[in-house]
Amino acid sequence: MTQLTPVLSAHWDEKDSFTIAGYKRHGGYDAAAKALKMEPDAVIQLVKDSGLRGRGGAGFPTGMKWGFIPQGDNKDHYLVVNADESEPGTCKDMPLLLANPHVLIEGCIIASYAIRAKYAFIYIRGEVTHVVRRVQQAIDDAYAAGHLGKNIFGSGVDLELVLHVGAGAYICGEETALLDSLEGFRGQPRLRPPFPAIAGLYARPTVVNNVESIASVPAIIAHGAEWFSSMGTEKSKGMTLYSLSGHVTNPGQFEAPLGITLRELLEISGGVRAGHQLKFWTPGGSSTPIFTSAHLDTPLDYEGVSAAGSMLGTKALQIFDETTCIVRAVLRWTEFYKHESCGKCTPCREGTWWLVQILRDLESGKGSEADLEKLLDLCDNIMGRSFCALGDGATSPITSSINYFREEYIAHLTHGGCPLDPHAATVFASAKAGV
Amino acid sequence: MSNEVVDMITVVIDGFEVSVPKGTLVIRAAEKLGIQIPRFCDHPLLDPVGACRQCLVDIEINGRAFPKPQASCTIPVEPGMIVKTQLTSAVAKKAQEGVMEMLLINHPLDCPVCDKGGECPLQNQAMSNGQSDSRFEGTKRTFEKPIHISSQVLLDRERCVLCARCTRFSEQIASDPFITLNERGALQQVGIYEKQPFESYFSGNTVQICPVGALTGASYRFRARPFDLVSTPSACEHCASGCSLRTDVRRGKTLRRLAGDDAEVNEEWNCDKGRWAFKYVTAADRLTHPMVRNASGELQEASWPEAIAAAAAGLQKTSAAVLVGGRASVEDAYGYSKFARVTLGTNNIDFRSRISTAEERDFIASTVVRAKTTYRDIDRADSVLLVGFEPEEESPIVFLRIHKQVRKRALKVTAIASKLSIGNEKLSANFVCVAPGSEATALPSVALTAQSVILVGERACESAGLLSAIAALAEKTGAKLAWIPRRAGERGAIAAGAIGNLLPGGRPVADASARVDVAAAWGVTSIPSSLGLSSDEIIAAVNKGTIGALVVGGVDPLDGENHHEMLEALQKAFVVSLEIRPSAVTTLADVVLPVAAVTEKSGSFLDWEGRSRNFEAAVVDSLQRSDVRLLSMIADEMSKPISLSTVKAASKEFASLGNWDGAPSALSLTSVQTVSALQANEALLTSWRRLLDEGSLQQGEENLAGTARKPVVVISPKRAASIGVTDGEAVRVSNSHGAIVLPVLVEAIHDDAVWLPRNSRGSHLLATFGVASGAVVTVVKD
Ligand SMILES: Cc1cc2nc3c(=O)[nH]c(=O)nc-3n(C[C@H](O)[C@H](O)[C@H](O)COP(=O)(O)O)c2cc1C
Ligand code: SF4
Ligand code: SF4
Ligand code: SF4
Ligand code: FES
Repeated sequence: MTQLTPVLSAHWDEKDSFTIAGYKRHGGYDAAAKALKMEPDAVIQLVKDSGLRGRGGAGFPTGMKWGFIPQGDNKDHYLVVNADESEPGTCKDMPLLLANPHVLIEGCIIASYAIRAKYAFIYIRGEVTHVVRRVQQAIDDAYAAGHLGKNIFGSGVDLELVLHVGAGAYICGEETALLDSLEGFRGQPRLRPPFPAIAGLYARPTVVNNVESIASVPAIIAHGAEWFSSMGTEKSKGMTLYSLSGHVTNPGQFEAPLGITLRELLEISGGVRAGHQLKFWTPGGSSTPIFTSAHLDTPLDYEGVSAAGSMLGTKALQIFDETTCIVRAVLRWTEFYKHESCGKCTPCREGTWWLVQILRDLESGKGSEADLEKLLDLCDNIMGRSFCALGDGATSPITSSINYFREEYIAHLTHGGCPLDPHAATVFASAKAGV
Repeated sequence: MSNEVVDMITVVIDGFEVSVPKGTLVIRAAEKLGIQIPRFCDHPLLDPVGACRQCLVDIEINGRAFPKPQASCTIPVEPGMIVKTQLTSAVAKKAQEGVMEMLLINHPLDCPVCDKGGECPLQNQAMSNGQSDSRFEGTKRTFEKPIHISSQVLLDRERCVLCARCTRFSEQIASDPFITLNERGALQQVGIYEKQPFESYFSGNTVQICPVGALTGASYRFRARPFDLVSTPSACEHCASGCSLRTDVRRGKTLRRLAGDDAEVNEEWNCDKGRWAFKYVTAADRLTHPMVRNASGELQEASWPEAIAAAAAGLQKTSAAVLVGGRASVEDAYGYSKFARVTLGTNNIDFRSRISTAEERDFIASTVVRAKTTYRDIDRADSVLLVGFEPEEESPIVFLRIHKQVRKRALKVTAIASKLSIGNEKLSANFVCVAPGSEATALPSVALTAQSVILVGERACESAGLLSAIAALAEKTGAKLAWIPRRAGERGAIAAGAIGNLLPGGRPVADASARVDVAAAWGVTSIPSSLGLSSDEIIAAVNKGTIGALVVGGVDPLDGENHHEMLEALQKAFVVSLEIRPSAVTTLADVVLPVAAVTEKSGSFLDWEGRSRNFEAAVVDSLQRSDVRLLSMIADEMSKPISLSTVKAASKEFASLGNWDGAPSALSLTSVQTVSALQANEALLTSWRRLLDEGSLQQGEENLAGTARKPVVVISPKRAASIGVTDGEAVRVSNSHGAIVLPVLVEAIHDDAVWLPRNSRGSHLLATFGVASGAVVTVVKD
């Protein structure tokens, strides 16, 4: 049985975990001081050796990404932290920032030093006012403590850290759309190449990393690459936050080594809500093809999940029990993609508009089985044809759900509507029943 | 032409090898093989976006296949690349059909009532690369049907395929980012900022490159179906940029003009004036019949033989001179030039029916005739210097070409002027601010090399000594020089010898062998040897009584500083006027001969480069009344024939003369004027004509006029403070002749200067002040 390995979340239960004092009580900012005494390239090498992979969804090796920044090019470099967290089900970065914003700031100091950036930006989604306030307070405190600004720790290194509040668009989590938005434009993905490492923010070499990726760095500096890579599996190293939500007894963040299984996580979190069974779940947010109870023992690392036909994504495990109508769930997700499609490319813009209409009909029992083929064919015309991964992601719930639950779709047609009781799936349903 | 080495890359597309320069996009390489990959957002002159996804193809490089189809409009060729388009890949074909089907789900069924129907890339490609049936059974997205985004452009958002061609054009080419894509998902739409409509001088290009009928021109809307139109390649008559155009005519009426393709000149663009200002041709007051002043002093319609005879009789009686405006075709200008020398026996001819000087005439004969600077030189320049020239207002395609290089490689632009213009701001020009009349003093401060280009406008003559100083500067630095007049006919008129010191082909009148040359070609014994008078001198001579008759073609007395004298001269002299519409000249003329407008005749212009721009008659004029033909008839009547009875004959004879290979005349230095001291309320006038203004060729096109920049008086912050005005308040500018009151705009302008548009609504400087630049005027709060 895999044990939890709280590192990022180690002190979240302390009352003042979010303050600079609370952070320092456990050695906070020591890693930054240590890193600033190393050669920047040695920092990059250490992160490479640790095997840390990006926690924003794609799992790209973080040290390698830093290594792509051209050095000695006489240009400003930028670090941009992606705190847009908008993927349905994904809810790890916001709790992290709420409970311990300083670990991200310390990570920013180390990462900026490594890539020789004098400016770093945190791009945070606009809806989370309480998190925005907390992070801004932490930044102010870090400046006051001399950890940001000029001559950090007396090292001669400068860093300005700016918190930028987005206006609420899922697409602004896509790194190039984020850069456009940060520059003051409407967020839409940019054509690549050039990649951000060559021409990112204001056309300067830029690293874009997820909150959790950067927040993982201080511990790596403090404890070493070997410590980090001793956790996890062969190609997926270290600990990470798994976010359990939905029909689970104790939803929340569970920090464990990569490769833990849902069966283990459910055990730790008290299992599917009492009296119910697991029906389907997402391994990494709504954009990753769903799993069923057949995948309870799939190792939740990059390789394991993809071998089983999905993606680890953001490790957002949304748990649905047998009361949930698959068509209804998929329609809600699809409505989200339709609403969030940036509109740039035809397949995603027009495709999501169309998919929603077909799914609505199916949910209300209209249409025929041929509509399932139409749905699959439309998904085939969207997947891999869109400009960015949002369009691809929009097809995942549909194709995977038809794969596993075709019968339930058909049942809607034969039943003339949803055969399930939608109230049974709600929180208050179980509250009322006193279960 | 150039010895730049280009790396070639060979790729295989649908089984055929093709070699293209490195950097070529797959979609272009396929075109080279004649393989048409469907596309919407792709445009060869815009940065790729890869938005519509219509151009998906399968690609492998050195045996490694991309896992999914790629947008061929965004991927440059690479060695070892194998491309399979819809013709050979089932995956690519399905991907394209899928995208097309999705593009159509929200497209309205407007084809039968849409302007684009019949020439619509969406219609065409839906037929060639789509499926015959749609599987969409849902609800289409709807928008309010068309909205005006300017007085001349309408937007139908339902038809828009969101390709971003229009927005990219406006941002990347015109630097007028007044339209953008707003909102998201299927509600994404093109829009304007509510307080700033799409008032770009280049907005018409977006209508032309919109791949659907989403953007339409107010003037052409619902007028025709493309298959009812007869298209004729033409050249624009509005300025010296030299745009190639296409004129579309339906049943004898011009319905629209489009930018033509010419990579060397206008690429695929033109300006809104060239596109939409053609209604003057069909104005209700077009002259249709010859007129002769009768015994009681009234103009009366006459037959052609009568009118020609009357013209000949009048001209025979006295010494005559020729005033031909700057809008004549090369062939017509050549006709006037030969008519003056052969029929009238004089060198008294001048095309400069505008402010002009003797210094300028010398500059033309010594320098302009030799200038070989071209658009390509701008492409390669290390810096561009602008003097007395506002490219965006006075030669818009020159502006686009400079802007292209500014955007591509931060080409350095320096502008010597009294006021910073919108155009020069867009070029990020280094603005060297001088008082009107002091331009020459700033020249020494500009660093130039043999790779630099100096572009000098016709207004440079308004500053004494400037043209000769520029010529000297070009000589010293080796920089390439071009003189850019505003009007389309001026460069051709110089080549045709429609000026007193030059014979055709740049031959100096003063050079005996040049005269012999021309005389021999024309079969006459001699060419008058004395230098001709300038237009100002001709007018003075008429008023003194030494010249008794004038042949006037396309001249507006209000274009010059001396219009009172000009009107007096027109009254005194026997005047033969060749015109298309009634004017101050026709009213005073003794014989009026109606002539053809540009769309009604064939011919050519020389653009500012000296490049020939040919046009054919788009509308057939049964009489073929090109000026040259009428002049030839008068000459016959006077028994001093010029034998140019057709445009073709004129063009052939002009070409056979060739260019002068002898020494051009030398330019003597004119000294720079010293500027007089100003009182507190006084300022030096500076002005230029805006692209869209009250020019006579723009009349009758209200939609176009609606997008003209609003007339303002521009003064510096210091002056504004001293007379106590802020933006928008009325200011009165006056001299002894008259006054103009307009809202003020406080901007970057020399403290000693005041700027007004030269010929805009409520601001006609020559008519009101009798001057347009350099003169002292009084500026006070109204
Ligand atoms: C539609 C879309 C939304 C995304 N949203 C986020 C997000 O909210 N947060 C995030 O870190 N990455 C997001 N990403 C991934 C980013 O593009 C990028 O890969 C990531 O920030 C890189 O950080 P990492 O290497 O640390 O994982 C999104 C990607 C897409 C296509
Ligand atoms: S797939 Fe296309 S429309 Fe969808 S978010 Fe990405 S770029 Fe925008
Ligand atoms: S209006 Fe026309 S050019 Fe502009 S985005 Fe729409 S379809 Fe493209
Ligand atoms: S730029 Fe000049 S030539 Fe071209 S369309 Fe405009 S007016 Fe005509
Ligand atoms: S033409 Fe290639 S994506 Fe639009």
